[in-house]
Amino acid sequence: MTALTDVSSQAAAGARWRISEVVFWLLALACAFLFPSRYLIMTDIVRLGLFALSLDLILGYAGIVSLGHAAFFGVGAYSAGLLALHGIINEPVIALVAAGLVAAVLGFLTSFLVIRGVDLTRLMVTLGIALLLEALAERFSDVTGGSDGLQGIEMQPILGLFAFDMFGKTGFFYSLIVLFILFLLARRIVYSPFGLSLRAIRNNPLRAAAIGVPVNRRLVAVYTLAAFYAGIAGALFTQTSALASLDVFAFERSADLMLVLVIGGTGYLYGGLIGAVVFKMLQEFFQSLTPQYWLFWIGLVLVVIVLVGRARIHRSVLFVPNLIIRQFVGRKAVVVPESDAS
Amino acid sequence: MTIALETQGLEKSFGGLRVTRDLSLKVTRGARHALIGPNGAGKTTVINQLTGVLRPNSGRILLEGSDITGLSVHKRVLRGLSRTFQINQLYADLTPLETIGLAVSERMGRGGDWWRRMGTRDDVNAEITEILSRFHLLDAMSELTSTLPYGKQRLLEIAVAIAAKPRVLLLDEPAAGVPESERHDILAAVAALPRDVTVLLIEHDMDLVFSFADRISVLVNGGLLTEGAPDEVARDPQVRAVYLGEAADA
Repeated sequence: MTALTDVSSQAAAGARWRISEVVFWLLALACAFLFPSRYLIMTDIVRLGLFALSLDLILGYAGIVSLGHAAFFGVGAYSAGLLALHGIINEPVIALVAAGLVAAVLGFLTSFLVIRGVDLTRLMVTLGIALLLEALAERFSDVTGGSDGLQGIEMQPILGLFAFDMFGKTGFFYSLIVLFILFLLARRIVYSPFGLSLRAIRNNPLRAAAIGVPVNRRLVAVYTLAAFYAGIAGALFTQTSALASLDVFAFERSADLMLVLVIGGTGYLYGGLIGAVVFKMLQEFFQSLTPQYWLFWIGLVLVVIVLVGRARIHRSVLFVPNLIIRQFVGRKAVVVPESDAS
Repeated sequence: MTIALETQGLEKSFGGLRVTRDLSLKVTRGARHALIGPNGAGKTTVINQLTGVLRPNSGRILLEGSDITGLSVHKRVLRGLSRTFQINQLYADLTPLETIGLAVSERMGRGGDWWRRMGTRDDVNAEITEILSRFHLLDAMSELTSTLPYGKQRLLEIAVAIAAKPRVLLLDEPAAGVPESERHDILAAVAALPRDVTVLLIEHDMDLVFSFADRISVLVNGGLLTEGAPDEVARDPQVRAVYLGEAADA
């Protein structure tokens, strides 16, 4: 192989689909048929996964920390709610995109405040923006319904064909398809030169600028994109649950999102999705165990994860599957912890 | 002779401390120009102003005749002014291939492409290949930068700057911290820089300066002490007193 073809194939290697990725999505699809009684929680997971994917785009790729990502989730949720409630856009998919765009506009406008400064400033600014929006939503209760939330949202069938049903089946498939499409888009973006420049900025903004990367412009772009994703996640929330209340802006929502990424890991796109599954299942499990004190256990798990290290946990969890794979297929580990991958 | 890079009456103070004093420097096109000076002379501050990290309090910076004093860091790079860092500034989590690939993409104005995957443009790939092989980095192209030996990282540091295809290159102590065994590759890479690239070398190592430079400016306390051909500078009693004397003691 000549050096040139070698370089070309190596440069494109990152973007190639791995078997583990295909398996992941097949499993996600299989869940839809394996657990027909659990659509509501699975929809919840899908939505949280999309929301976490949004945070991963800015945190895992561009290194922007945020404690106020619920701001965009909330704006998306209320936009979708208001559009449906007042019959402005009746078709859910168009309303979904519109709600995402509203959130993106907000993301674009606030990005200039966020990209300045260091991590701590960013944490405070993002937190502040989310609190501001929550207070505004409460103040203008004639529009938002205040603490009662938006009442009486009625969703029209998706594309005029698929009506939302009371078991949440339509809602689940709708959410899963939206997640998959947005995941494909995100995957495309992170393996592009644009995505590479984000990783360079996260690694070393000084050097990124010194090779000609317009650092601020790229950060504004990805922040706006992440806001769009979060807005879509929020709009899905409203559309699949037919309600939007003040808690879409809640600090806990932003904080939970951080936990999801701590559990799943950042910077490889699947962290948010895997984290969302684990987080929700832990939540379910602990809630059924001790309805009152489940937060205690989540907290404990979080501390353990941070102290023991995610890579080590991944490796031990993946030990048995990899052993089987090696035995039967005779190749090296197919599933690798995120820290060892790429 | 055309002037590639010029400063006119550059001034920079931090509080009451004047770090750059009325510095007027001319680097002719194609020159191998060295900027030397004892520790604390303000060499790094000069570099930071040339590259746009710091703004001077007064004075102008001209790149090939056009004023770049107010341009941001990345715009100067796109105009053809690129630099290496004294302490490696690389992307720990990226491979040399990605590092160079990004630099080449940005220079071609393709860095903002968000739909096209990396590795699908033949012109970009060809250039990456050329640079990686010139700097002996082909074998290590898919390893994480943080795992490369220091000498290789140092080569990558220069390679990244070259990938921006600069017309003026600022080399900030290229051989700093490189063990003796790996030094040869660095020096060879520096010596092999294309002649049409103007080089301003900021260096502590006198052997490197005198083997490489055809013109030397001596910076002391933020101001220009003297300037001339290497042998003139070496003979200059003032220089010997403030700089070479000190270096000889070390």
